[in-house]
Amino acid sequence: MNIVVCIKQVPDSAAKVAVQDGQVTWGEAPLVMNPWDEYAVETALTVQEDHGGDVTVVSIGKEGVEEALKIGLAMGSNNAILISDPALEAADSQAVARVLAAVIQKIGDVDIVFFGKQAIDGDMGVTAAQTARVLGWPILSLASSVETSSDGIRVERTVEEGRQVVEGKLPAVVSVVKDIGEPRYPSFMGIRKANRATIPVWTLGDLGIEEPISKVHWPELQNPPVQEIANEIIPGDSPEEIANTLADKILGEKVL
Amino acid sequence: MNNKVLVYIDQFHGEVLPISWETLGVGRKLADELGGDVAAVIAGQDIKGAAEQAFKYGASQVYYADDPSLAEYRPEPFTSLISKITQDQSPEILLFPTTTRGRELAGMCAIDLESGVLPDVTAIELQDGRVLATRPVYAGKLLAKAFCDSAPQIITTRGRAFDKPEPDPSLTGEPILVDAVIAEADTQTKVVEYAETVGGVSLTDAAVIVSGGRGVSNNPNLTPPEGMDEKQAEIWRAQQGFKMVAELASVLNAAIGASRAAVDAGYIPYDQQVGQTGKVVSPDLYIACGISGAIQHLAGMRTSKIIVAINRDSDAPIFKLARFGVVGDLYQILPPLTEAFRERLSK
Repeated sequence: MNIVVCIKQVPDSAAKVAVQDGQVTWGEAPLVMNPWDEYAVETALTVQEDHGGDVTVVSIGKEGVEEALKIGLAMGSNNAILISDPALEAADSQAVARVLAAVIQKIGDVDIVFFGKQAIDGDMGVTAAQTARVLGWPILSLASSVETSSDGIRVERTVEEGRQVVEGKLPAVVSVVKDIGEPRYPSFMGIRKANRATIPVWTLGDLGIEEPISKVHWPELQNPPVQEIANEIIPGDSPEEIANTLADKILGEKVL
Repeated sequence: MNNKVLVYIDQFHGEVLPISWETLGVGRKLADELGGDVAAVIAGQDIKGAAEQAFKYGASQVYYADDPSLAEYRPEPFTSLISKITQDQSPEILLFPTTTRGRELAGMCAIDLESGVLPDVTAIELQDGRVLATRPVYAGKLLAKAFCDSAPQIITTRGRAFDKPEPDPSLTGEPILVDAVIAEADTQTKVVEYAETVGGVSLTDAAVIVSGGRGVSNNPNLTPPEGMDEKQAEIWRAQQGFKMVAELASVLNAAIGASRAAVDAGYIPYDQQVGQTGKVVSPDLYIACGISGAIQHLAGMRTSKIIVAINRDSDAPIFKLARFGVVGDLYQILPPLTEAFRERLSK
């Protein structure tokens, strides 16, 4: 069973992200593999343990993105591919989906494509479904568990109303949520292998596609307005007194 | 008039999710400003009643597909249906509520319609006839303004970010029945099981949230049952703490939330996690119990109207966002606070 995992490199979730001169900054915080994508890599490796085949991690970005791909290799993926092309710098989600679909087709013979639920930078959460739509494959999104057979897949999905079990045929695109299971740590051997790996870089030319036209534009980035909050520590000699005062204060705000 | 805006109404087993009416309200306003009408589209089985409701919330026309193949949500037949109606109507703007389904459908329709998508927006303005939308990114650590330069402009609106219109019972109409576009035989997936989440208020819809963090496991006065190892005892302690959180939540008709630390420690399921790698919420009242306020948690709840923090550590970062703070032990504060609300709210 051949599996592709699409990952993204993002600033760590503990980063203090801000806008300076129109540019996003995150201070000294490291760039990491998008936390949700780690769960996607974990799921891919678990499926591979049952069915064999290759796991390939794929990312779009500039040179430094190789570091995120190396984490994927260190966790146990067989291959990594970096898609890098100046024409993709301001690509929107549908442009990214069209490129990823072309990558999956070029890799060939792919049975499952895994994504994390969304990337924690752009918070779009549509790329998995869009890639599936371009490929014409079913999307099984927000999977909290995945079972595969030689030609089929069964996932449990988490939606607003509860949990839904969905079955489909392969090939398919699957996005996963955190319930799927803790991502494994890279092994010592895995890290050594990843550090020695030369990651192939593909351009749009290598994919044989034209530059996909982005439709979405971002003219402005802002720091959120600073909220003026009057902090008030509730005084009192006993928990009961504090609780009563607090309840009155909250009711006074008319939010209940 | 022509339909300038088309709004997808999200329903589940015949019940419309109320956020859909917020989205329809946005659609109505945009259509008025553009000098056109707003139409609604809804898909499912036995949903004519739900379709009729859309008139009361401002739809000028309602298209509904009522078919066994649409009884359970699958992205592909829903997408094909909405894309087809959009192509027939050619609205300038296609709106979805930000539900799990709405977001997915918006993305897929963007592929079909060769347009762009702006998911989960919190504010909208028209500039030269085009929507300039505000989208929180980095879980709200930043705000981006974005627009789509192709038609239709596809947008999903975040729950609780826009007003829900008052239904007007005098507005009625006859919904227009449309056929499903994809036959069951051509649908590649099947829903084979479904289990409803029992009880509890959903985090993303909640007007009030009571959340617990690492601190809920720190009650020194509790003795765990014998035979537990250290980790089991910690989780047992945490569960006793979350029971107190749940009691307060129940009195306030609130949803229960948690920090990533509490979820990662195994105290409570991931569904309850608030933060950058959990759910981003914006309730009227957010009560944080034993949560110190890691950046990733604050990003997920900072836009709550009133934040209350209960924590033993007076230096905890959560206090900076809190309108009201209690420096103290949540085990001592929560029971009398629950009692205080029970008395006051029963009056």
